[in-house]
Amino acid sequence: MANEAPAIELKGISKAFGPVQANKDISIRVMPGTIHGIIGENGAGKSTLMSILYGFYKADAGEIFISGQKTTIPDSQAAIAAGIGMVFQHFKLVENFTVLENIVLGAEDGGLLRPSLAKARKTLEELEQEYDLKVDPDAIIEQIGVGAQQRVEILKALYRQANILILDEPTGVLTPAEADQLFRILGRLREEGKTIILITHKLREIMEITDTVSVMRRGEMTATVKTSETSPEELAELMVGRKVLLQVDKTPAQPGDVILDVKNLRVVDEMGVERLRSIDLQVRAGEILGIAGVAGNGQSELLEVLGGYMDATGEVRVNGTLMPLTGAGADGRSRRESGVSHVPEDRQREGLIMDFAAWENVAFGYHDDAAYNRGVLMDNSAVRADTEAKMERFDVRPPNPALAAKNFSGGNQQKIVLAREIERNPDLLLIGQPTRGVDIGAIEFIHQQIVALRDQGKAILLVSVELEEILSLSDRVAVMFDGQIMGERLPSQTDEKELGLLMAGVSGEAA
Amino acid sequence: MDVVPKWAEVTLIPIISLLLAAIFSAIVIIAIGEDPLNALKIMVQGAFGSTYGWGYTLYYATNFMFTGLAFAVAFHASLFNIGGEGQALLGGLGVALVCLLVPWPHWTIALLFAMIGGAAFGALWAAIPAWLQAKRGSHIVITTIMFNFIGAAVLNYMLVNVLKPKGSQDPATARFAEAVHLPTLHDILAPFGIAFSKSTPANVSLFIALAACVLVWLLIWRTRLGFEIRAFGKSQSAARYAGISGVRITMIAMLISGGLAGLMAINNVMGEAERLVLNPTEGAGFLGIAVALMGRSHPFGVFLAAILFGFLYQGGAELAFFTSIPREMIIVIQALVIMFTGALDNMVRMPLERIFLALRGKEVR
Repeated sequence: MANEAPAIELKGISKAFGPVQANKDISIRVMPGTIHGIIGENGAGKSTLMSILYGFYKADAGEIFISGQKTTIPDSQAAIAAGIGMVFQHFKLVENFTVLENIVLGAEDGGLLRPSLAKARKTLEELEQEYDLKVDPDAIIEQIGVGAQQRVEILKALYRQANILILDEPTGVLTPAEADQLFRILGRLREEGKTIILITHKLREIMEITDTVSVMRRGEMTATVKTSETSPEELAELMVGRKVLLQVDKTPAQPGDVILDVKNLRVVDEMGVERLRSIDLQVRAGEILGIAGVAGNGQSELLEVLGGYMDATGEVRVNGTLMPLTGAGADGRSRRESGVSHVPEDRQREGLIMDFAAWENVAFGYHDDAAYNRGVLMDNSAVRADTEAKMERFDVRPPNPALAAKNFSGGNQQKIVLAREIERNPDLLLIGQPTRGVDIGAIEFIHQQIVALRDQGKAILLVSVELEEILSLSDRVAVMFDGQIMGERLPSQTDEKELGLLMAGVSGEAA
Repeated sequence: MDVVPKWAEVTLIPIISLLLAAIFSAIVIIAIGEDPLNALKIMVQGAFGSTYGWGYTLYYATNFMFTGLAFAVAFHASLFNIGGEGQALLGGLGVALVCLLVPWPHWTIALLFAMIGGAAFGALWAAIPAWLQAKRGSHIVITTIMFNFIGAAVLNYMLVNVLKPKGSQDPATARFAEAVHLPTLHDILAPFGIAFSKSTPANVSLFIALAACVLVWLLIWRTRLGFEIRAFGKSQSAARYAGISGVRITMIAMLISGGLAGLMAINNVMGEAERLVLNPTEGAGFLGIAVALMGRSHPFGVFLAAILFGFLYQGGAELAFFTSIPREMIIVIQALVIMFTGALDNMVRMPLERIFLALRGKEVR
């Protein structure tokens, strides 16, 4: 092995976008038949590096060697020709085509489709045999599960004779069981001599599957180590540049009165599909109820209904008062007046107006507040002053109220939303994906804020697809699958495996 | 950070765009064998060289301020109101009815009610497409364009069949009574010892337009309603989250927009023609789109762009008068200005972004 040429070697790769140095003098060697992890916070430059390798960007400086050969990769065709395959975080599949058609797409030979498809079918069978990758070639993409769609992406790359597979955050959309299956496939590919680069921000995955791992921070490669010789704590410290508390420090909950009481909540969408099927849940003052589940199983709808902007049937009571679920009074403004604050799942589409300045975003939703107004006109200087104070308390950087929301990092954007919603002193806080796209340093801070609010005796409904987050923050965990609550567990009396089964729709009794 | 700083956004980009338009216009003028510098001199002289020129320039600019503001308000809610023309036509009908049906004792009261009439008719004409957009999802660009045609037909019908005085061959209303005659700039400035040309149509409506600029600025940037309009315009999903009703904002923004377009009629119908004729707007409704785009939908920008287009209209008329440059050439020049300032915005912006990036190269974010 030692004398073999590395499958991929990057030497001194640099790339700048204007004043931002996305990659700085990055060198990396990945030996064939290994799984190499690249870990780093959002904006550390992982995706830029992989985009250079896949021909989307041209490096300002540096060299790429594939199997010892110096190679230039001007576009993705060249990358495919060099044997590189990429599985993106968001799949690039045509939803209403079959698996087979998607695999052939862009690699057809000749003008007629039929011979290509026949040939592809044969190759596909061989590939499935060889790598133990099961998918039905005639299934329509939109009708198969996310895990299967990901396998199609991997097959697409293998069909194009990729020897090097790059996977960008592959487990973000998978249940733990599907992730395990993916890791088995990756292990099998490694046995067959393929080289795999796994980009992720999840320490657990790195520890579980990789042979070597590189850590990136602010565009630089801070370390490359053998996975067997490191620990999650060390990797986290390398990522952030300081010691990080991976566990949330909290005392047992002191639950009080029922604040949120939901009974028989149902949502049917425009297509007639039931999104929520008879949801019952309660959240008490001073406790955090975590909703676990794979994205798209009704959590978003639950938040939107409780937040006031999706029609539903059933009963929702806040502090004993019945909330309107349709028509007048079923809107975000009325909910806020009833003591409900909402940090939405998608801060860029809902929580913030990206073109608005930070101070406008702090007023957003609360712009009717008397403190922000003077007669018919808004008191912009009062809002600015309030924003400055909030930015200081929530450590938003840079602390500039005039800066547009889009110019803050993900973590700081989230802090702006949190500051706005938490400081309204709500009775109930709805919070969706509090740390999605947020760097580790900010995650710690955000988790502390949520726990602090709980300790003030507020009721908190937390929705997250990150099981670790749910388990470490929640006082009780409810698992959603296909619009239903599959079961409720105490974090101390359950584990990822049991929750994973519930997330996959295996009911509590069977689990 | 935004790549191009704000001051450059509002000054450099329009100025460079204008220079490009001027260069291309010059090339076209050279191509037909005229001297572009001489042409420019005639235009500037014709538009700003005398109180006569100023009178016309400001008259046109007044029209464009109203229609530019109209487009800008809807645009802040990300509604493309292409119907300014039709709304201004209907506004003309409203103003004419107010002026004809009531024997007004004094122009001030007449003006007040004419404003209400014009704005109400313009707003009504915008309300139908707005409702169709808000409640039925019919695209407002399509419906407002169609309503321009319908508006023109309505006006045509009203003039020919209802409002035309008996025995007249001219599809126009009777002349308004002397009492509703609006003071011209000549009348207004005379007491101050300023001799302003007597034969120009610029009138007291100019001051209403300027007041409208200030009021729209207050509305958009200083009121809760304006905040909601801008929030809805920037992100409908965020507005929904916050509890800002899309139906309400769409209706209100379009009513204000249509009202502003309708208000234009106090200038051209009540102030200038003093009767309602066929096609009284002469395209000012459409030009408002260019004015608003060039003015970045900011009332001060709209004001400047309105003056610029007033200059192009008046200077262009003079140009046709004094040179062999045909009148159509003026339309070419106006089109070049619209194209460079409105449609080709990014062509100027992108090189500028690169320059600013290079300048800030050493700064650390």
